[in-house]
Amino acid sequence: MKKELIKLSSLGGISGFEYTISEDIQSLICDFCDETYVETSGNVIGIIRNGKENAKKVMIEAHIDGIGLMVKDIDEKGFISFVPIGGIDSGILPYTEVIVYGEKKLFGIIAAKSPAVLSDSEQDKKYPLSELVIDVGMSAEDVKKYVKIGDMISFASGAKKLSSKIFSGKYFDDRAGLITLLIALKKLKNTSLDFDIYILCATCEEVGLRGAKTGSYNIEPDCAVVVDVCHGKTPDSGNDSTFELGSGAVISKGPNIHPFLSTLAENVAKSEKIKYNIDVDGGDTGTDAWAVQVTKSSIPTLLLSIPLRYMHTTIETLSYTDLESIGSLIAAILKNLDLEELSCIYQL
Amino acid sequence: MHLSALTQLNGVSGNEDLVRKYIYDNIKTKCDNITIDSMGNMIAFKAGKKKNAKKMMLSSHMDEVGFIVSKITDDGFLKFKTVGGIDSRVLPAKFVAVGEKNKIGVIGSKAIHLMTMAERTNIIKTKDLYIDIGAKNKIDAEKTVSIGDYISFMSDYTEFGDEMIKAKAVDDRAGCSILMNILDERYDFDLYACFTVQEEVGLRGAKVCAYTVKPDIAIVIETTACSDTAGVESFNYSTILGDGPAVSLIDRRTYYDREFADYIYNLAKSNNISVQYKKASFGGNDAGEIHISNSGVKTATISIPVRYIHTPSSVISKNDYHAANELLKVVLKEIKL
Repeated sequence: MKKELIKLSSLGGISGFEYTISEDIQSLICDFCDETYVETSGNVIGIIRNGKENAKKVMIEAHIDGIGLMVKDIDEKGFISFVPIGGIDSGILPYTEVIVYGEKKLFGIIAAKSPAVLSDSEQDKKYPLSELVIDVGMSAEDVKKYVKIGDMISFASGAKKLSSKIFSGKYFDDRAGLITLLIALKKLKNTSLDFDIYILCATCEEVGLRGAKTGSYNIEPDCAVVVDVCHGKTPDSGNDSTFELGSGAVISKGPNIHPFLSTLAENVAKSEKIKYNIDVDGGDTGTDAWAVQVTKSSIPTLLLSIPLRYMHTTIETLSYTDLESIGSLIAAILKNLDLEELSCIYQL
Repeated sequence: MHLSALTQLNGVSGNEDLVRKYIYDNIKTKCDNITIDSMGNMIAFKAGKKKNAKKMMLSSHMDEVGFIVSKITDDGFLKFKTVGGIDSRVLPAKFVAVGEKNKIGVIGSKAIHLMTMAERTNIIKTKDLYIDIGAKNKIDAEKTVSIGDYISFMSDYTEFGDEMIKAKAVDDRAGCSILMNILDERYDFDLYACFTVQEEVGLRGAKVCAYTVKPDIAIVIETTACSDTAGVESFNYSTILGDGPAVSLIDRRTYYDREFADYIYNLAKSNNISVQYKKASFGGNDAGEIHISNSGVKTATISIPVRYIHTPSSVISKNDYHAANELLKVVLKEIKL
């Protein structure tokens, strides 16, 4: 699935504009599903049926949106100002290449004042977002022909391979999560399960877990496995909740996670010899799991995470082996999941 | 146009081999003689049509700004130093190529989620940055990278917008490309086209080239900062993109011969070639060493304006490039030494 990972990294589809990539997502997942559809909020959903009527439902989920920018204005020289969509460090933006999705796709560069004209007090500061603009190399008149206020801007770069296992690119958060779901479905291809699997490719996670909320409401699953990213270890990351690339799946524990599921995950990881680590969150995991858990009359939720360096940059870096670990782990969990047992765990 | 190929080659100051080889292969049949000195400067000679002709030196530098590996950490990350002037704001989250095998790496950039409030507003100093090549540890990294390896930005040659080009190292491969073109012709005077090294670390190649050539007159073909961007007052524009090549009057290293500068400017005007003066005193180039070489050399600079110079996404206008090429051709044809 490495080719698919690179393809997903090359797509735009920032939060709120996922409709621009829903066809790509649908054609990617349809080979694994009996049925796929796109719902009102842009979520792409696939169903793998077990053939029985009124089967229970397990949802596996990853979000497909990425962070990006949106056109705010066009100045008299043709420079485009923008607002951020999702959490972006302005320090990564100067001289980054972007695509402005106007009437025509325009290549541009995020531009800043030359350091030569910065005042002394500005020298140690990052350029504030408000002072950065996009240069598409055209006159204002031409820019206005193609670009409207509110148009989407995504980063232009895609993914590159640093070594046989390590990849670096944009939007691995969380399209790498989608890849782990597909790895799991591949492994489950000839396995008959007691339940239907719903794959939810959710929108708008980066702006408030919005697609996961409506998607899980519509699907109303009996159990959910959410895959997202967590911080990979780097020289400046600290050791708190950061994980080595290649160290396997990260299984979350805490109030957001159903203990039955985290225990199951840990047990099957051990028995299947799948590499894993445990992460703990005292409350909000900052992922779709947080929204999914409190959908309707509550959904038992598990969160598995991919260690990822430089989150929310154009060089998000991960080890493909971790995607394989998580894919294998999800498949093993689903094979060993007893929904009856799960449903009566708190019964007195 | 050689610019596309030239900007894809990596040639950080002190490591110009690939650029020199490319240029050599493409000019060797056009020149009477090509010499390469012990520093790596390449001097292409073309004798003049006249006997006992005077000597014209042209100079463009082959080197580009970049980095050098200074340390490999135990966990396999690379620490580095800059080669030439690169603002640290340029660096976070950029792809780079390390060493002769072009090992791909990224300049690490802490996730915004892990930053303190101060880290969100203050720049990260270059000494605190590192390069991630996906190595497991120091031993793994040392299989492909050594201390002292040069590092270049990775950036495609991209044409975009209204006749614009984005690439790395247009400073000064654009000049090199023009110099390669003008070698097609033979002129009245003896021509020494110098492809110099180490401009970015102090005009060092041009200094020895000028000593070797001992020219009667010199023209530097360069690129120069173009600050006509958003948020800059127009009085601070050094040059304007698309308004043609810039003729220098003064910069940090050179007080130019005004008569020579005006001659070039006026020649452009009378030939309907767009031209502008460089309206800032910052920057410097090979002229700084050439004009005070030997017993002094009358020197001019013709520069192509570059937005975002010394970044992986440097932008020039094709029209400016072609106008600079045209202007140099006219000057070489018309000038009487």
